[in-house]
Amino acid sequence: MYSTNYHRASSVADAVKLLKKADDGKFVSGGMTLIPAMKTRLAAPSDLVDLRHVPELKGVKISGKTVTIGAATTHAEVAANAKLASVCPAICNLAAHIGDPHVRHMGTIGGSIANNDPAADYPAALLALGATIFTNKREIAADKFFTGLFETALKDDEVITAVAFTAPAKCGYAKFPNPASRYAMTGVFVAKAKDGVRVAVTGAGEDGVFRSKEIEAALSKKFDASALEGVSVSAGTLMSDIHANAEYRANLVVVMAKRAVASANG
Amino acid sequence: MSQVEMVVNGRKVSGTVEDRTLLVHYLREHLGMTGTHVGCDTSQCGACVVHMDGKAVKSCSILAAQASGSDIVTIEGLANGADLHPVQAAFREHHGLQCGFCTPGMIMAATDMIARHPEGLDEKTVRAELEGNICRCTGYHNIVKAILAASKAMGKAGKGKTKKAA
Repeated sequence: MYSTNYHRASSVADAVKLLKKADDGKFVSGGMTLIPAMKTRLAAPSDLVDLRHVPELKGVKISGKTVTIGAATTHAEVAANAKLASVCPAICNLAAHIGDPHVRHMGTIGGSIANNDPAADYPAALLALGATIFTNKREIAADKFFTGLFETALKDDEVITAVAFTAPAKCGYAKFPNPASRYAMTGVFVAKAKDGVRVAVTGAGEDGVFRSKEIEAALSKKFDASALEGVSVSAGTLMSDIHANAEYRANLVVVMAKRAVASANG
Repeated sequence: MSQVEMVVNGRKVSGTVEDRTLLVHYLREHLGMTGTHVGCDTSQCGACVVHMDGKAVKSCSILAAQASGSDIVTIEGLANGADLHPVQAAFREHHGLQCGFCTPGMIMAATDMIARHPEGLDEKTVRAELEGNICRCTGYHNIVKAILAASKAMGKAGKGKTKKAA
């Protein structure tokens, strides 16, 4: 790891101030991606501004069907939140399968979506749930937030404070994890809400998370795995790598969508 | 440089470290506590697992500065004098180790796992919970056996409750 300067922020305003003073600083939350990236010198920020001790970024609030998750809430906390599980079990189940137990004790929802790894789980959930991402400056719709591989709509000194969504009538997530990394080789989140069906795919797209119009159309007719029989998605914009080629992933999208719907219908 | 202070196995420690110092290196090289191992160095293998504020974490992926102010328990903090912790005793009894390199991380993961499942554990849960710990000798079978036995023994001893730090 190259040399860096560590700063612990006490509030969001303090974090922004600390970052502004830095040459090439970065916010760090759980650090489960950033610290390993720094160790391999893929990242070399001059300064780290630690958000893990900012009280206003923590906790899950549920009011009716409206769920608000503070950005520094860990995957383990989301996974174990019984109240959240009663309104939206799929998001708890998703969080319970990110990385491993030790990683889930550190990694946070804000960190995950700010990093926008093309194979991360949370981006699929937030896109399918039509979530809103709150920052210290504004609100951003999930549709506008995830802009490409490791790219988001966030500005350099913008801090995610929370994400919010309305728990849909039904939703489910299924992923085919890479056996070594446990990242999704393809993961599909399906949500059936008042205003229709939304389906988001992670781990498969060349530009990161995306909505599958083919699967949304089929599930809008009938929200059941049987509606996906014979449905195929184009491999055109899907990823090919050493783990799977685009055609294989195109098939996985449909298979994971079927499993996600089956889980949503419980 | 950062001034760090934390409680390690009940003892208050402090020191000045480079900001980039990993928690595992602080423990091993600054405090001389070499029970916590570095295996893969890519946050996959779990040989470096310690408890931070009661939760199992990978100390090779956390800066000492990030851990400042916290309560750390390492493998050295489990035994009570010459009496092994029930998980350590179960690993010995069930031959849950061969070369022993992964064992500190396995045991710290196991104590965390048992604490989070006061209702008891089954084999499937133990295997799923060991996702973040790699062993290249045992084939996991005796590790799983040891954890199940320890969970049972600790459940009996504490009527389902486990020691907070462990």
